[in-house]
Amino acid sequence: MGETKKNRIRITLSLILMIFLAIIVMIPFYFMLVASFKDTSTIFSNGLNVDLNFKKMNLDSYKSLWTNRNGIYWQWFKNSLIITILETVLVLAFTSMVGYGLAQYDFKGRKTIFAIVLIMMMVPSSILLLPLYKLVTQLGLMNTYAGVILPGIVPASAIFFFRQFCLGLSREFAESARIDGCGEFRIFWQIYVPLMKPAFGAMTILTTMNSWNDFLWPLIVMKSDANFVIPAGLLSAMTPYGNNYQLLFAGSVMSVIPILIVFALNQNQFIEGLTSGGVKG
Amino acid sequence: MQKKRIRWQSIAPYLFVAPFIISFLVFSLYPFINAVIMSFQQVNGFSDTQWVGLANYRQLFNDGDFYAALWNVLRYTFWTILILIPLPMLVAYIMNQKGLPMKGFFRSVYFVPVLTSSVIAGLIFKYAFSSEKTGVFNEWISHLGIAPVDWLNSSGTAMFALIVIAVWRWLGTNMIYFLSGLQGISPELYESASMDGANGFQKFWYITIPLLKPITIYVLTISIMAGFSMFNESYVYWGAQSPNNVGTTLVTLIYKAAFTNGNFGYSCTLGVALFAIVVVVNIIQTRVMGLFKDEG
Repeated sequence: MGETKKNRIRITLSLILMIFLAIIVMIPFYFMLVASFKDTSTIFSNGLNVDLNFKKMNLDSYKSLWTNRNGIYWQWFKNSLIITILETVLVLAFTSMVGYGLAQYDFKGRKTIFAIVLIMMMVPSSILLLPLYKLVTQLGLMNTYAGVILPGIVPASAIFFFRQFCLGLSREFAESARIDGCGEFRIFWQIYVPLMKPAFGAMTILTTMNSWNDFLWPLIVMKSDANFVIPAGLLSAMTPYGNNYQLLFAGSVMSVIPILIVFALNQNQFIEGLTSGGVKG
Repeated sequence: MQKKRIRWQSIAPYLFVAPFIISFLVFSLYPFINAVIMSFQQVNGFSDTQWVGLANYRQLFNDGDFYAALWNVLRYTFWTILILIPLPMLVAYIMNQKGLPMKGFFRSVYFVPVLTSSVIAGLIFKYAFSSEKTGVFNEWISHLGIAPVDWLNSSGTAMFALIVIAVWRWLGTNMIYFLSGLQGISPELYESASMDGANGFQKFWYITIPLLKPITIYVLTISIMAGFSMFNESYVYWGAQSPNNVGTTLVTLIYKAAFTNGNFGYSCTLGVALFAIVVVVNIIQTRVMGLFKDEG
């Protein structure tokens, strides 16, 4: 009896802590939402004033997403969307292949290639900022979607993830398929890809998230403001020379929504996939 | 026929890994070699280069901005690790208790910040850290009787403002990693420890922490990497130049040298330096923690 009571107190205290943390986590979103309904002048003169005062709140900022410079925000939104979709599809296709190859075959050079993958995971890509800029310029890809997407198309972290996941899959499926005369690529596509579904779920969200939120590299490649992605565009709206302040918070709210939807639809698969494959190293 | 199959089977793995090899050669190795070469050059436009020997490296060692940035990055990494490993571990431990309701809900809520772009998080925090007395943080501390602070203009508070974003964004993610590790620990271990009279703290200290070592190493690795390559948050707060370098990072300097000052050669020198620093840190970490010891 005493034991159950002690237990109940412990659970209640834990729950209070959990709720407290959840509130802290949500506060910045609350700020963002409140600020998006306020006049920009009040935000900047007072330093993000987030008092709830419904009389002073309106939808002007949201309207400005369409009216400000002929709706340039939606141009940024479109750029982000195209880049994110293309990049996610390509990253998933390539890294799942590589991860599968590294896990399911014994071949000469496998250890070396995996060692390179590990090294690449530990080296920040920003050390190559300038030479990559040079390369993309020489290839004539400045200001194009391809210039943003291509350099990041086979990320080592995703290879590592798929490889770890595939290590847990039996090779026997492949062997019996070979006896039946099934080709190597068909074995991958028809037998292993369906088995890798949880890994694809996790990597879809992670890649979508990275691509949607990427800032520095698109900032360098996309030179004209009609070609900006959302983060770069919003930051450009912050310059004191423009009159785009209104875009900031409404634009931020709108940009968080798509990624929340992707997460909400796949979250269980995502969290389980992420934790089952990612950390066995 | 049989022979052909076997040959095909030995070629297939190379086709599978080909995308990585091609991408590595074109978008990593080639640019890296290029960066090393350019780090010894004065580059005035990509077709007009001039060898300057070690001049860029000499400039690096005499560059006060470089030391300031290195110091910032070291402090930032130190604090993020100090907070973002024990705290999420503890929260995960609490959350893993039997009978705690709404686990799935909390797990999702804690994960949402990392879905938000660091630029957008930076925007919100930038205005929350306003120096005005009506700014969010200044208003909070005014209740404690503290005068308004110019957060983003002095070294200690600027670092605090950067760390707040990191803790907010990464707490939940790291917690999910630790939670997955905890779920792999057999409950029997805890039960037999309880029978031997161990209390909650002892169980956490002697069972949980040692068994979470692989995940701790993983989280540590990504934290170090994220710390040393931090850029977005700093750029949102201050752009390419912060007052007295309070928030300058190594990547800020790489960016600034290339795209503000047009000093391409020096930008590459900074890139090579960051590479060397990361390699040294990783070697130390590998030695200390035995990272990837049993990787094939």
